[in-house]
Amino acid sequence: MTLTAPPTPASGTGEAVLSLAGIHKRFGAVQALTDVSLTVRAGEVVALVGDNGAGKSTLVKVISGVYQPDAGTIEFESRPVVVGGPAGAQELGIATVFQDLALCDNLDVVANLFLGKEHRRGPLLDEVSMEQEAWRLLRTLSAKIPSVRIPVASLSGGQRQTVAIARSLVGDPRVVLLDEPTAALGVAQTAEVLNLVERLRDHGLGVILVSHNMADVQAVADRIVVLRLGRNAAEFRTEEATTDQLVAAITGASDNVVAQRAARRTEERG
Amino acid sequence: MTATKESVAATDAADERLIRAVSPGDYLRQGWGRIRGGDLGMLPVVLGLVIICAVFYAYEPTFLSSRSLVSMLLYAAPTGIIALGIVVVLLLGEIDLSVGSVSGFCAAVMAVIVVDQGHSLWLGIAAALGVGALIGTAYAVLHVRVGVPSFVFSLAGLLAFEGALLWVLADGSINIPRESGLAQFARNKFLTDAQAYALVAVVVACYLGSRLWTIRRRRAAGLTPPNLLAVLIKAALLGGGLGWLTYYLGIARGWGYLTVLFAALVVVLDLLLRKTRWGRHLFAVGGNEEAARRAGVRVGWTYCSAFVLCSVLAALGGLLAAAQLTSVSQDSGTTDTNLTAIAAAVIGGTSLFGGRGSAYAALLGILVLQSIESGLNLMNVDSDVRYIVTGGVLLLAVTIDSVARRARSSSGRG
Repeated sequence: MTLTAPPTPASGTGEAVLSLAGIHKRFGAVQALTDVSLTVRAGEVVALVGDNGAGKSTLVKVISGVYQPDAGTIEFESRPVVVGGPAGAQELGIATVFQDLALCDNLDVVANLFLGKEHRRGPLLDEVSMEQEAWRLLRTLSAKIPSVRIPVASLSGGQRQTVAIARSLVGDPRVVLLDEPTAALGVAQTAEVLNLVERLRDHGLGVILVSHNMADVQAVADRIVVLRLGRNAAEFRTEEATTDQLVAAITGASDNVVAQRAARRTEERG
Repeated sequence: MTATKESVAATDAADERLIRAVSPGDYLRQGWGRIRGGDLGMLPVVLGLVIICAVFYAYEPTFLSSRSLVSMLLYAAPTGIIALGIVVVLLLGEIDLSVGSVSGFCAAVMAVIVVDQGHSLWLGIAAALGVGALIGTAYAVLHVRVGVPSFVFSLAGLLAFEGALLWVLADGSINIPRESGLAQFARNKFLTDAQAYALVAVVVACYLGSRLWTIRRRRAAGLTPPNLLAVLIKAALLGGGLGWLTYYLGIARGWGYLTVLFAALVVVLDLLLRKTRWGRHLFAVGGNEEAARRAGVRVGWTYCSAFVLCSVLAALGGLLAAAQLTSVSQDSGTTDTNLTAIAAAVIGGTSLFGGRGSAYAALLGILVLQSIESGLNLMNVDSDVRYIVTGGVLLLAVTIDSVARRARSSSGRG
């Protein structure tokens, strides 16, 4: 597991793990994505923001293999790849935590973590090694789950998010894609999930964070990529972007000459 | 002092919020908490069985005589085997209403091949089970590929296979000779005392051995092992209970082969459900199909295996019922086999909503229904009362399931 390796320095000094270039995706008469590019480096959190209908979900589904792009290239660890489906994405090392978490409420934490990737001894499930590994994963995330033998239904929203994120790590991924991980959470639980995101980054994983919440994005991301109407609208380094600039890029107010100038000057200085 | 204690705590017992069970009193309190939270498990059906037995025993002491228990266990077995298949399908949140007709039709296929056409018994059994497997496959294709709800295609199957039974048995009924191997197996074969006690010893040894092995492995892995005393007590209760039952049944004819086959199927299915990847995936699909699909579970195959297993078990139950009655007639499996099997699975505590239940549900449920039937027969009550009582018990069981479900969701137990 990557997680056992010593933490690499943060903020995207590593090489590009996943890069998409010139992605086009069209649904009937709707051009959902036009010439979109996105790069994630090891040990970097890239936030993907945009208004409703900006193409975030479509891009997430292209990366996680649910949709095939009509045109464009996807490179994983500098090799061109075709993401054939959700299973293919997992095999490559791209793990996705969907917004609805996709947990089985009737199963306990261990069963959910290893669903589809159960450890076995001969024909039987190896509960002991799965439970050990579950505790190890949760500990690397410093996650607060009192017991891994309780049904997921009895966990709080933040704990369920934790389980979902821990599950994405079972296949030893290089890139974790989080779709709106803080959408339904309270203040403290949001902070806990943001801590988890930072821990993923500190362990050298590339993280793509899709979010509506500007405060969360600015708190945890290294770079912010803004999509608008299916195109790359802007890209910021977090420490250089103000909330006003972000909002302008998201809503499209930045398409006026003054805002474009301001954005260009920001980039030149950066 | 506290610090050293904390540092040696097992990995899974380290969280301070976890309520640890150390003394026997703690275990009792935790059990009580589970029940109040709606996690009833087998408790209602066990209680129900005890009450039913007590009532009938008070009225007619021969109800619990050795002879009566032996025949009750024998007659419960064929429908119980069908109910096992229903449990598997219910775990997915689906239903198979056609198990009764399938059981009758498959038994008729066997009887025609063996009795009318004079082929060997094994060929007949294989053909009947094969027909069952084909029916299950057809159901799976309808469900997975076409998307027909299981309620609809199994209702169609209920009618179609009843028709097929009439068509196969154009000349009325077929008698299965009493001396044929199958009839002997279902009616006249019993374990000797020595065999029975040896079997009990093997069962207890397997249970104890596997639990001790678990204790060792979990301790080695730094996890809380099961409580050794509790394991020993359970093993003693298991051995004592089975040993006493063996002694008591031994006063009459003892354990019938058919009863032992049913019990073995229950144990095997229970292990398959709890300890294998297949069983885990069955629960997962029943709990949240979309989540299971995204996690890489082959949902289509899971449905297919469940429907095939259900139909094959229905065929097996039908064969054994026919062997027990030494005949296949035009109303084999048509009268109340269907609903008894489904009722048994539900009464035993399998949830109709999917994702919750166990193989033992079929065993306990069929014991409840069989004791009601035998008890009312002993009291010379007509079958009209029996149907009404069975209906009442079924309604009670589903009510308990629904109330427990509400209690579970309010106490966060899923």
